[in-house]
Amino acid sequence: MSAAGEPIIGVLALQGDFAEHAHSLARAGAQPCEVRTAAQLAAVDGLIIPGGESTTIARLLLQYDLREPIIAAADNGLPIWGTCAGAILLAAEIEWLDRPALSLIPITIERNAYGRQIDSFEAELEPGALGGAPVHAVFIRAPRIREVRDGVSVLLQLDDEPVAVEYRRLMASTFHPELTDDLRLHRRFVERCRQARPRDHAGN
Amino acid sequence: MVVETATQTVKAGLAQMLKGGVIMDVVTPEHAQIAQEAGACSVMALERVPADIRKTGGVARMSDPSLIRGIIATVSIPVMAKVRIGHFVEASILEALGVDYIDESEVLTPADERYHINKHEFAVPFVCGCRDLGEALRRIAEGAAMIRTKGEAGTGNIVEAVRHMRAVQGEIQRLRGMGDEELVSYARDIGAPVELVRETRERGRLPVVNFAAGGVATPADAALMMRLGADGVFVGSGIFKSQEPARMAEAIVRAVTHFEDDQILAEVSTNLPQAMPGLELSEIPEPERLAQRGW
Repeated sequence: MSAAGEPIIGVLALQGDFAEHAHSLARAGAQPCEVRTAAQLAAVDGLIIPGGESTTIARLLLQYDLREPIIAAADNGLPIWGTCAGAILLAAEIEWLDRPALSLIPITIERNAYGRQIDSFEAELEPGALGGAPVHAVFIRAPRIREVRDGVSVLLQLDDEPVAVEYRRLMASTFHPELTDDLRLHRRFVERCRQARPRDHAGN
Repeated sequence: MVVETATQTVKAGLAQMLKGGVIMDVVTPEHAQIAQEAGACSVMALERVPADIRKTGGVARMSDPSLIRGIIATVSIPVMAKVRIGHFVEASILEALGVDYIDESEVLTPADERYHINKHEFAVPFVCGCRDLGEALRRIAEGAAMIRTKGEAGTGNIVEAVRHMRAVQGEIQRLRGMGDEELVSYARDIGAPVELVRETRERGRLPVVNFAAGGVATPADAALMMRLGADGVFVGSGIFKSQEPARMAEAIVRAVTHFEDDQILAEVSTNLPQAMPGLELSEIPEPERLAQRGW
């Protein structure tokens, strides 16, 4: 926790829209910081894996030796939320890809599943458990969650398909809340990080 | 449920997803595969890399669709492709092929001496080059959803990209200190719509993502552009005109991710393969300077 009692939430900053997430986190009551090394990862109360190119980020996680530390931190209870590319990296199975990246949430996900960039879209989602107004969601070359298995709860849907899910202390969403002013998912994640015992994942 | 496609949010949004990344010029699917393996966040398809356009001369056009289809089939990262300034039919062809971004580029031979493409009419987003704030905002007014500096492509010389990035950032700094009464005449002076000038002042940055391009040849060049405020980097001839493209590509990607870490920059700059041979700007006659194209 920061001196002000705000959880320190890291945003994986290898590639992608990490600055947008940091901006939303600051408005949602957290202290954001960029994470590019295992040492930086050890100092956070939660981690967001942002939108970006999943192929690129998956490759850089391996090249820069961050894959194992992230998996170990999740096993120790670190809350992690992946949006779009981040959701792909968290999925246990990725269609059209031999090897999952982090394999932390038991879902099957298909990349670029709505088509190419010209098929990217914005949609209004029923707020479900979030309550309040509909969620304005931005989908960019988005993946689709094709299957959810035991223990995964569906938070938001688009046409009866899950687009945001939760599993233990992990979250995944196929759209980009960081591109809108809607802070409900960021607040929900900040609250999870606050509840998780601070830094027990780092072993201190 | 309301679903909307081709909005400014999704067009500019894809560029936001590319931030902190390296977009590499490729001619063939084999190049594209090497770029993706090295960690490129996107590839840019073009007929010849800028250094070859400079060397062989002639009219440089959009790539053959068979190459673009081959590149799209080969990689999972987004595929961009270049069209000539003002050539809206080449742009329509690229849109039909399913490319993810179009670069209306001064690197190719301009097709129209008066007008850039009206990019609002397309569902696919566009990136355009600029040398200063006015040019950037004119392109955005025409519908560009991403901006890059022009630099001087195919030279391996970073000096023009630095000039253009400093010009944009310096003008934004000046703009931030301006009162409302100054805005209209400033907008007139730089030839940009006043609404976009106002938005830029409010945000303290361009309204869309701004990459560096033109002359990046080494990891240090790429990191320099990031420190000057670029959101990411395009590398053209710098990769496939170096002696070992895969290693150079990987080193530049690493330098962009870790652009503030001097230890890592020292490491990735060590024992690099020979960079592309560079060109001194004064050796290039005015009419052969690509950045002069477009307005």
